[in-house]
Amino acid sequence: MRRLWIGLTYAVFTILLIIPLSRIAVGAFEHGLDGFATALLRPEALHALMMTGLIVIVVTFLNGLFGIMMALYLVRATWLSRKLKGVLNSIVDLPYAVSPVIGGLMIVLLLGPDSIIGGFFEGIGFKVVYAFPGMVIATLFVTFPLMVREVMPVLQEIGEDQEQAAATLGAYGWTTFAKVTWPSIRWAVVYGIVLTVARSLGEFGAVLVVSGNIMNHTQTATTLVYQDVENFNVAAANGVALVLAAFSVGLLLVMEWAKKRKGVH
Amino acid sequence: MHVEVRDLNKHFGSFHAVKNVSFEIEKGHLIGLLGPSGGGKTSILRMLAGLETPDSGEIRFHGKVVNDIPPQERGIGFVFQSYALFKHMTVFDNIAFGLKVKKATKAKIKDRVMELVELTGLSGFEHRYPHQLSGGQRQRVAFARALAPEPQLLLLDEPFAAIDAKIRQELRSWLRELIERVGITSIFVTHDQDEAIEVADEIMIISQGQVEQKGTPWDIYKEPRTPFVASFIGESTVVDKASELKGFESAAKHDVRALIRPEYIEIGSETDFPVLSATETGIVRHLHFRGSEWLVEVEVKGNKLITYRSLEKETLHPGQEVRVLVHRAYLFNDENSWIEENGLKVDPMPIMI
Amino acid sequence: MTSLIRHKGWTWGFRSTVLLYFLALIVLPIFGVYVQSLSAGWEALIESVADPIAWKAVLLTVKLGLISTFINVLIGTMIAWVLIRYKFPGRTLLNSLVDLPFALPTAVGGLMILLLLGPGSWIGEAAERLGFQIVFHQPAIVIAMIFVTFPFVIRAVQPLLEELDPLEEEAAYTMGASRRRTFFKVVLPSMLPGIISGGMLAFSRALAEFGAVVLVAGNIPGRTLIASVFIFGEVESDNPVGAAAVSVMLLTLSFAILWVINLVQQRGRRA
Repeated sequence: MRRLWIGLTYAVFTILLIIPLSRIAVGAFEHGLDGFATALLRPEALHALMMTGLIVIVVTFLNGLFGIMMALYLVRATWLSRKLKGVLNSIVDLPYAVSPVIGGLMIVLLLGPDSIIGGFFEGIGFKVVYAFPGMVIATLFVTFPLMVREVMPVLQEIGEDQEQAAATLGAYGWTTFAKVTWPSIRWAVVYGIVLTVARSLGEFGAVLVVSGNIMNHTQTATTLVYQDVENFNVAAANGVALVLAAFSVGLLLVMEWAKKRKGVH
Repeated sequence: MHVEVRDLNKHFGSFHAVKNVSFEIEKGHLIGLLGPSGGGKTSILRMLAGLETPDSGEIRFHGKVVNDIPPQERGIGFVFQSYALFKHMTVFDNIAFGLKVKKATKAKIKDRVMELVELTGLSGFEHRYPHQLSGGQRQRVAFARALAPEPQLLLLDEPFAAIDAKIRQELRSWLRELIERVGITSIFVTHDQDEAIEVADEIMIISQGQVEQKGTPWDIYKEPRTPFVASFIGESTVVDKASELKGFESAAKHDVRALIRPEYIEIGSETDFPVLSATETGIVRHLHFRGSEWLVEVEVKGNKLITYRSLEKETLHPGQEVRVLVHRAYLFNDENSWIEENGLKVDPMPIMI
Repeated sequence: MTSLIRHKGWTWGFRSTVLLYFLALIVLPIFGVYVQSLSAGWEALIESVADPIAWKAVLLTVKLGLISTFINVLIGTMIAWVLIRYKFPGRTLLNSLVDLPFALPTAVGGLMILLLLGPGSWIGEAAERLGFQIVFHQPAIVIAMIFVTFPFVIRAVQPLLEELDPLEEEAAYTMGASRRRTFFKVVLPSMLPGIISGGMLAFSRALAEFGAVVLVAGNIPGRTLIASVFIFGEVESDNPVGAAAVSVMLLTLSFAILWVINLVQQRGRRA
């Protein structure tokens, strides 16, 4: 019985995860190392990877910062009523339920050239949709809950006692945060960052809609993979996909490490 | 520090947690806030610390109103029930925290921390983390941490609640000595009357958000001012119709109830009592061995009374008939309460003999 | 005193910035879609929704989402059980691998399926010889959905299994319950909240999935065109109202599921 279950588990993992992952690796090197290099060194591939990198950096920074603040407010704020906190708390989850395509559509509707706000920005020569800012906003929308949801439970678990003890010992808000709260939540924050990086690295639907997928301009790594496949250039797609997959596996390792550290405290 | 509290009120939603509480505490005194859980003791303590804002009323330290002063500036030390030690800091860093915040010099911090480590018997543990310490040691660290910045008022919230019964005993006398040595005004919250009696100079009994009585443990025991205090402190049984008790017939009109402590009662054979007419017959129902004495349950006219009996005296048996003398009773009705001596105890006609 | 005022100003500035960021980023866009779907009046909305291509796309999404959720509930529960209860070589590795679909870009996931099962791959050709078609047909969509929602059930059930006191099972054995009976009466009920909320999450994610599906779906209206791909098509062909109408249907459905998940979790916490 035991053997059967373990065997089945191995089978599921092999079929669903391991074989597909290795297939990408094999596919990328189908035309040898040279094929892989050419696929990656295409100017559009380099540009797409750079765009993805930029989005990841900006999004992780903004959502990391605001996510931590939001978590702090939702758990600790006395200036928000309990009811309001409950409402805000459930709103945080909404992006999980929104299809990325819809997320992208929302931003096009709200900030597109035909909208009021978009028109205003266009007027002053600042393109939002079909340009970098729109792609960042779309990714921000999709990844917002990740940091909040990692930090909140830790804050709830450590409770307010230590922070109040710091207050009676003379420490004000910032010192308390830096010396008492931060050391307790830092591994949750690392975990949140890793999740945010992974999600913004891989974001596809929302970015595809918002960016317009213009080669060498608003194309990201994932939308390039999509376009390559649509153009029946599967080998080239494999190269970029392998780079993305390698990053993901690396992030997975960091996640495991952060999870262990998180458990220590 | 001289502490004065006037008409303090606190609501949590619709719950009136603290009702018109007023009291005064002399400098250097050690006060115990005693009462059942959920009675508002901790809320009072947290308002003194500034962790909770009163809805109305005044708190004065040294005659100065401190209501609007944040906890950081109040010059208090607070020991939390959970200790709230900083988990990621060593014992040394925990104790040093308040001094570092006040930007004391490195040398001064070191001196002060080592002094406190010595005082609290934690030498050799300075570099341990809280999770490497026993409950009692953690309590000491919490205590040392609160004392480090030399506060003028020390507040302790159920300081022994999380500690094993046996170590608790040791820690109580340790704490009492230490506070005496440091000479700091201290207030601690507890729901354990033994703890309050043993540690505090003065006790404030708090129930349902109100101060029932304030005084030395002995005064409160001797002269409880409300039925609640009488029943909360010490052991007792309540007799619904006090007039049924021999010697209290005239003192107790109808609707008066009596609260009787074990030591108010004496039991024995007929020859044991000089004035037999003040006693009445009772039947021993149960005997419980209590280590150094017997606890005797005796039934008198359907009322169950308890008393203690020395092991040196003749051993009683369940079902045995004995004479019972009630020396004293704490009588109360809806309006009043008073202590009444047995009216028949003093021989009414000594001249006749 | 001035420093105190300045301090207060900072605090309020901070608070409003964070709340504003939150509202502008999350609430405003969602609100916008609902407004847009009604911008041409109720009739236009109903017309867009009544378009058979539109509602069939939503219906197909729900149907395929249910199938993939069902499969995921089965294998997810099994895997959670095996990973918690059995010690065997490679367990830690498998446990870390569970999160891979979360970490992997969905487009890469879609590409994997295409490579493995698509035309030219030996599985694809073997299936074709047997008269099956996988890629660009419904099975591929289901597989893509299973792939991206793989971790949900496992990660929801694992903590519950970890918490389950083995003494409870032993108690059942001492009372003479068979292994089978113990599993169904003791173990399964304690896993159930996790299975339900994990399954719901997986379902709502399956409804929303786009990246993995768009590469392997055939996009034949009514047969292999799912809602998110349909919306994308509407956006591409410059019909935001139609896109918004289907979006509103899908969103409302997803929010309802999210709400139910919250209820389930709250009840679980109270119990």
